[in-house]
Amino acid sequence: MAIVLALVAVALLLGFLAWFLGAPLRAGVRLEVTSESERRVLEAARDAKYQEIRDNELDFRTGKLSEEDFLAIDRGLRAEAVEILHSLDALR
Amino acid sequence: MALAGRAALIIALLTTLCGITASLYGARRGRRELVEVGRRSVYALAIVLTLAFAILEVAFITNDFAYDTVANNSSLTTPLLYRVAAMWGSQEGSLLLWVWLLSIWSSLAVFLTRNRLREIVPYAVAVLLGFGTFFTAMLVFFVSPFVTSSPAPANGAGLDPLLRNPSMMIHPPMLYSGYTFFTIPFAFAVGALITRRVDSEWIPVVRRLALASWMFLGIGILLGAHWAYYEIGWGGYWGWDAVENAALMPWLIATAFLHSIMIQEKRGMLKVWNASLVLAASTLAIVGTFLVRSGVLSSIHAFGASTLGVPFVILIAIMVAGSIYLVVSRRDVLRSEHQLDSLFSREAAFLLNNMLFVGLTFVIFWGTFFPLISGAITGTESEVGAPWFDRYTVPLAIALVALAGIGPIIPWRRATLANMRRNFAFPLLATAVMLVLCFTTFGAGSSAPTVAFLCAAAFTVGSIAQELGRGYLARRAMSGDSPPLALVSMIRRNRRRYGGYIVHVGITVLLLGIAASSTFTHTAFVNLGRGHATTVGGYTMTNVRPTAAIVNDPTSTGALLTLGVVVGVTHDGRYVTTLHPTAEYYPDASGAEGPVGSLISGDAVSELSLDSSLRRDISAAIDAAEIQSALQPEINQANALVARDGSIGPTKQTELSYYLLAAIARGYLRHPPSAPLKLASTPLVAWLWIGALILLVGALIAIWPGPGAVTGRARARYLARVAQELGRA
Repeated sequence: MAIVLALVAVALLLGFLAWFLGAPLRAGVRLEVTSESERRVLEAARDAKYQEIRDNELDFRTGKLSEEDFLAIDRGLRAEAVEILHSLDALR
Repeated sequence: MALAGRAALIIALLTTLCGITASLYGARRGRRELVEVGRRSVYALAIVLTLAFAILEVAFITNDFAYDTVANNSSLTTPLLYRVAAMWGSQEGSLLLWVWLLSIWSSLAVFLTRNRLREIVPYAVAVLLGFGTFFTAMLVFFVSPFVTSSPAPANGAGLDPLLRNPSMMIHPPMLYSGYTFFTIPFAFAVGALITRRVDSEWIPVVRRLALASWMFLGIGILLGAHWAYYEIGWGGYWGWDAVENAALMPWLIATAFLHSIMIQEKRGMLKVWNASLVLAASTLAIVGTFLVRSGVLSSIHAFGASTLGVPFVILIAIMVAGSIYLVVSRRDVLRSEHQLDSLFSREAAFLLNNMLFVGLTFVIFWGTFFPLISGAITGTESEVGAPWFDRYTVPLAIALVALAGIGPIIPWRRATLANMRRNFAFPLLATAVMLVLCFTTFGAGSSAPTVAFLCAAAFTVGSIAQELGRGYLARRAMSGDSPPLALVSMIRRNRRRYGGYIVHVGITVLLLGIAASSTFTHTAFVNLGRGHATTVGGYTMTNVRPTAAIVNDPTSTGALLTLGVVVGVTHDGRYVTTLHPTAEYYPDASGAEGPVGSLISGDAVSELSLDSSLRRDISAAIDAAEIQSALQPEINQANALVARDGSIGPTKQTELSYYLLAAIARGYLRHPPSAPLKLASTPLVAWLWIGALILLVGALIAIWPGPGAVTGRARARYLARVAQELGRA
């Protein structure tokens, strides 16, 4: 009896797995276009750049940077952010 | 149900193979539906392994001794709490826990990245399922937890007494969570290298995954240290044991990675280094698993000799060779975008910190594997002890503590003399104050490493306090928030930075606890007769009276006999505390020591009695083996008494044996032998655990995702500012 129960449980498990794993094949999901991936990468780069700008500002406010250094770095970072935004616009 | 368990493991193995094939074929052919099948295979693996795990756990809870692993690691007298945890007291049970946790954490990672890293995820899934294949294959072909015997024995051997500690419930799952979590950043790094997408989208994901692995493994290590501290036989909270070291190595490399990935994020530098670190950390995590399971090195934590060594060596070789190939073949995408601007910059400080972490790991690796290295060269395995490790690790740890203070106050790119003066003044003042305190408190003859460490700690705490203070003032000036709100919003707006600072404070406090407790501890090994006293570290400790308990052991671990003493502690005549160290004795199923002797000749464990406070810990432990030796004449006499009357049946014989054991316990209470005690007074140990808690809080703050609304507002504001710059340019 125990063996029969175990076999039934295994059969049910196999059935569930076949249904669960086969669902995408039945639905037929399409692959995301490459530009979508590029967009995600650029968005991540943009977010990282914004974080860098914020960090730089905090470094300045907590006295780790002179005003001259802060402005020079800030300009550079913003220029890089602009480039990323350009690239993002080009994808849209 | 053992059949269902075995079938579940085979189905799990087939699921991993199906998922790997679907993922790789789908990624190569651009068949998204197959990639999705691969992803779902990770969830399916978790479901199937949960079933297998549940089947085995039910067998332990219901004392189903037909299962060999239940019979070998549990018994009718094992309390429920330990029956639940006994599953991972065995090689096969803990391997099932390992792969089950791997499937759970992999599912979580795959779920959280379901809409991200589209190119990388299929390969990451294949790697994760590859690990799943390896470990389920171990369970199917080498050490199945579902092996049964018929007829089933009436009782089991019981859980090793050293494992009968509440930490058994949480320490192994946490440690294995750390180990298994490390496979996830490895998988995503391999995926990124295969697809050549070591880019801005990959960095935050792998950083967060590495941080989670680091946190879990750190908690696991600290819980292990806490457990060891309470089991006196294990020699304190850290013993430089091979398995302890094996857990520490990936943690140290991950710490280095968490720092150096920031340089890649901000400056596009150190890409080869970072890829190598994340791959090395995961490989070391598997090396740690190998050490526990292969029996290649002797350790109190290891499972002893096994047949798993060769498969693990093959897995490690594949990981090392594959990692080297990927890093070398992808060096074009791993080229640095910038050079180091100055040696006085945060990048340089992080670089130095990385070298120290890697150096520390190398020292530990060398010391851990020295028995194998010396055995291979000289034919004789030699071990290096704690003093060897201390000689090299202490200076490196001091330098790292100092760097934990320098890193936060030195700017990226280049530090000028003016801002160094401004930022280093307060931490250096704190260091000078500590130096004066050290010399006035400990005198000129104080230990140089201790003074150096305390000064480094003062520098770091001063540096972080200054950073928090300035950040808080800046936030208040910008927002005009009330003081508590400004503090919360300062941390909330920059969780990574301030979470990291809090982690630095936690590590410093933790190391402070270690330094103070190991340098200024007072320990005495004495034989104290009833009513006699000794002085340890200024505390007078008196053996007040003996204690004994049969069957109902005070710690509920299933010990048959518990003997001990009451130790009264006073300081300058004033009462401080009362300690109750005990020795617990467990039965020996073989019966080799006679009917009475076998009731207590199994394992014997000393239970530490501890009075802990922020200032110091006072502890007492009793030598279980020596007490047993002192009682041996009475035990021999009792054995002879039971054996003399051979006509009584087995039930009466058992009753008589228990009666005589009770008589021996009463004799111990009336005429106790001198108690062989280890008495200790150790300062500031509590700070080790407090440091660990601070560290955990910092890690949680750093790992917690930022609030979307705030990010959105900030993003809009910065977009406007960036657009403004564009207009000017």
